[in-house]
Amino acid sequence: MRKSNFMDSKELILNKVKEKFGQAIEAISDFRNDLCFTINRNQIVELSRFLKEDSELEFIFCKDVTAIDWAARKNRFTTVYHIYSFKLNFNLRLKVNIDVDPPAVETVTSVWKSADWYERETFDMYGIKFLNHPDLRRMYMPEGFEHYPLRKDFPVIGIPGSLPLPNKAE
Amino acid sequence: MDRIKQIYNDEKLLKRLHEDKDITIEDVLENEMVINMGPQHPATHGVLRLVLRLDGETVTAIVPELGYLHRGYEKMAENMSYVEFIPHTDRLDYLATLCNNVGYVLAVEKLAGIEVPNRAQYLRMIISELSRIASHMVAIGTFAMDVGAVTMVMWTFREREKIQDIFDRVCGARFTTSYTRIGGVASDFDDEALRMTKKIVYDLESALVEMDKLMLGNKIFIDRLEGIGILPMKDAIELGITGPNLRASGVDYDVRRAKPYLFYDQMDFNVPIYSEGDCLARYFIRGDEVRESVKILKQLLDKIPQGEIRANDPKKVLPNKTEIYSKMEELIHDFMIINFGINPPVGDVFHSVENPKGELGFYIVSNGSGNPWKVKIHSPSFCSLQAIPLLCKGAMISDVVAIIGSLDPVMGEADK
Repeated sequence: MRKSNFMDSKELILNKVKEKFGQAIEAISDFRNDLCFTINRNQIVELSRFLKEDSELEFIFCKDVTAIDWAARKNRFTTVYHIYSFKLNFNLRLKVNIDVDPPAVETVTSVWKSADWYERETFDMYGIKFLNHPDLRRMYMPEGFEHYPLRKDFPVIGIPGSLPLPNKAE
Repeated sequence: MDRIKQIYNDEKLLKRLHEDKDITIEDVLENEMVINMGPQHPATHGVLRLVLRLDGETVTAIVPELGYLHRGYEKMAENMSYVEFIPHTDRLDYLATLCNNVGYVLAVEKLAGIEVPNRAQYLRMIISELSRIASHMVAIGTFAMDVGAVTMVMWTFREREKIQDIFDRVCGARFTTSYTRIGGVASDFDDEALRMTKKIVYDLESALVEMDKLMLGNKIFIDRLEGIGILPMKDAIELGITGPNLRASGVDYDVRRAKPYLFYDQMDFNVPIYSEGDCLARYFIRGDEVRESVKILKQLLDKIPQGEIRANDPKKVLPNKTEIYSKMEELIHDFMIINFGINPPVGDVFHSVENPKGELGFYIVSNGSGNPWKVKIHSPSFCSLQAIPLLCKGAMISDVVAIIGSLDPVMGEADK
C-alpha cells in the first residue's frame, strides 16, 4: 500500500514538473529512491513556488538548504534544497548548478521562510551569495572572518592568524 | 524619545546629566534598552547568545547569535572515513547520543546498500527509545527548573540515571556511547542489560504518575506556562520546526510514522498531538512521548529475535575483534576498512530519523572513495531556534527563559 502510494506520488511529481519546466530541467536522478531535479539557475524560485502552491503537490515544508563544492569541476558549486510535502508524504531534492563567478543564486526565502537561516549557513560556509536575502550575515563564524570554511581549498587545520585570539597575559 | 537622543548627542548636556544628581528621565518606559543574554547564561541550555531589545519588561526585538560551539563537524567528516565519524555523532545532540548514532549509520547504510540483521535493528530501536526517554527527562526537568520548579529536575535525573546505567553496561560509556557500527551494532545486550531495561520500563510508569502529581497540581507552574509563546501551526511549518515542537502546534508529523525506518511500521504506538502550541503543550507532549516510548519498548522486549548483531558483508562491515586476531581474511578486511574505508557507490542520499529534539537528517554525498565528499547535518535544534524571534516578540523578559526551555534546544547540535 505504502509502496504504491510512493510510486504514484513520484509519477505525479515527475509529470507535473516535466510538463511545466521541461526546458529548464537539466537532470533527473533517482539514486536510492531519492528523487532529485537539477534545475536551471534562473528558474529555481519559479519551480519552488510552483511546487509549494500547486494544490496537488503542496511542498510547504523546507527541510534544508546546503551546497556542494565540487572543487575541480567547471561549475564549482551546487546548491541543494530538501523539501517535503505533508500531503504526498514525499521528500524531494532540488539542485542548482551555479554557473557564475562569484557564486550567486536567487534566494528562496520568499517561498519558504525557514530557508532564511539555512541560506545564511550556506553563505557562511561556502560564500554563495543569495540574492535578495533579507539578512545575509554569517551564521557561525565571526563577522570579520574572511574565509569560507567548507570550501575544499580551506585546510582542515584552519588558516593561522585568520581568527583573532586574545592577547597573552604578559 | 527624541529629547533623550538630543541629550545623548549633546556633550555639554550629557556632562551636566552625569554631574547633576537631580536630573531624572521623566518617562522610563520610553527608553529602549538593549541587553545581552548568554552565551554563558544558565537558562540558555548551552552557549546560545541572545541580544534583546527591551521596552520596560517587554521584548520588542530579539536576535539569536549562534556559533559559540561551532566545531566544524561537517568539515571534519570530509576528512575521515565513514566509520571514523560515528564517535563524532555523539557530540551533536549530547543528550540523545544513541539516536544520533543510529541516524548516521542508517544514512550510510542507505548510501552503501547494506542489509542489517533483525536483532541489530531491534537493538537499535531499543536504544533509540531509551535515549529518547533520557533526553525527554532532561528536557522536562530543566524546563521545570527554568521556570522555578527545582524539585522536578532531581526526579527526572533519577530516572535518567537508571537509563544511563544501561548504556554503561551495553556501550561501555554513559555519555559518549558510539554504540552503532555500519551494518550492525558494537555489542549485544546481555541478559542483565535486558533485565535492567525491563525494570526501567515498568518502574517508569509509576515515576511518570508521580511527576504528573508534582507538576500538574501546581497552579503556579500551569499559570506560568499557559498561553505563553504560542506558535501557530502555519508559522511552525513555515519556519521548518520539527519534532515535539511541531506536534505541539497541531501538525501530525512524526518520521517514525511518516517514513518508517527500522521496524517502526510494525510497532503499535500513538503520535501525541496538541493543538495549543504554547509552552504548556510543549511540556505535556514530552511527557506523552515518554509514555509512547515505554509502550514501544514493551513490544520490543517481547518481540526481539535471536541472531547476529552485524551484517555478513566483509567488504563493508567491520569483523568481530576476536576473529581479527585469529583469522587472516578478517585481519585483511579490517585493515582495508579502517585504512581505505568502505567505498560506497557514487551518489547522494538524505536520510532522516525522529530524534527527541525533532527530525535529524544526514545528507551524504559520495564520490566513490573511502571518505564522504560532503556530509550535511540537518539538526532539529537549529530549526527550533529559528522560531525564537517570532515567539519572544512581545513577551515578557521572564517568559524568554520559559520559551527557550520549552523549545529544548541543544547547542552541540545547533552549532555542529
